[in-house]
Amino acid sequence: MEILLFYSVALVAVLSGFLVIRCQSPVNSALGLVNTFFCLAIFYVMLHAPFMAAIQIMVYAGAIMVLILFVIMLLNLGIEARKRYTHGIVWSALASLMVLFGTIYFLKRGRVTGAEGDLTAFQIESIGHTELIGRSMFTEFLLPFEIASILLLVAIVGAVVLAKKEV
Amino acid sequence: MLDSYLPILTLIIIAVGFSFGAAILSRLVGEKKPSTVKLAPYECGMPPVGSARERFSIKFYIIAMLFIVFDIEVVFMYPWAVMFKSLGLFGFIEMGVFILILLVGYAYVWKKGALEWE
Repeated sequence: MEILLFYSVALVAVLSGFLVIRCQSPVNSALGLVNTFFCLAIFYVMLHAPFMAAIQIMVYAGAIMVLILFVIMLLNLGIEARKRYTHGIVWSALASLMVLFGTIYFLKRGRVTGAEGDLTAFQIESIGHTELIGRSMFTEFLLPFEIASILLLVAIVGAVVLAKKEV
Repeated sequence: MLDSYLPILTLIIIAVGFSFGAAILSRLVGEKKPSTVKLAPYECGMPPVGSARERFSIKFYIIAMLFIVFDIEVVFMYPWAVMFKSLGLFGFIEMGVFILILLVGYAYVWKKGALEWE
């Protein structure tokens, strides 16, 4: 049942990813991207990470998409966006095929297994996913957390400086 | 595990089904007598002026950017709020430092007049 759900969501994710690059209007591509983000959120839920799923929808499907849509509207590519760019399509197709085969080869032949932390799915169930994130964020990863606030501060200042420039 | 998400799935199915169902049903059942006025884009009852695909002002962009930054700030508060009791005073001070740094940014934005719609 779960594997069936995984494959159907994966199919939707890949299809909407395809729409992102195939749609003629950039706004339609952005909507395809929203769909992909939602599928990723479902994957997070399946990986026992409900907090990550909520963040994925709140930050990516909500905030980041607003930004992308505004950039599309600011640029307003219009006629330029409706042109079909076909140059270099053969080489890029070859390159992506090689990457695909390389990935499949290493997955089948390689001895690389997924990295395993010391938390089991059962522990995450009993303590709670958000609690565990909160605990490690405020003890182990305290410095990165405080640095993140400086990063956000830089983002605020950068946005204001760029947008408020006298033309 | 996934069983607990069944209500959300049901809600999604009903929402998608309702919106698609209403659109398809109105297409099938509805009467169609197209005229120039009816096919024109609806702009609050005004006659349309030019294309809708105009370039937007940078003012919208800065509001969106500030929204994202403060949105992410709020996201960091969720795990803190969940663990508030066990983290105690130490966690409170940590969060205070985090918010204080962002408050500097907020003061800067306010001082620069980026929140004003000029």
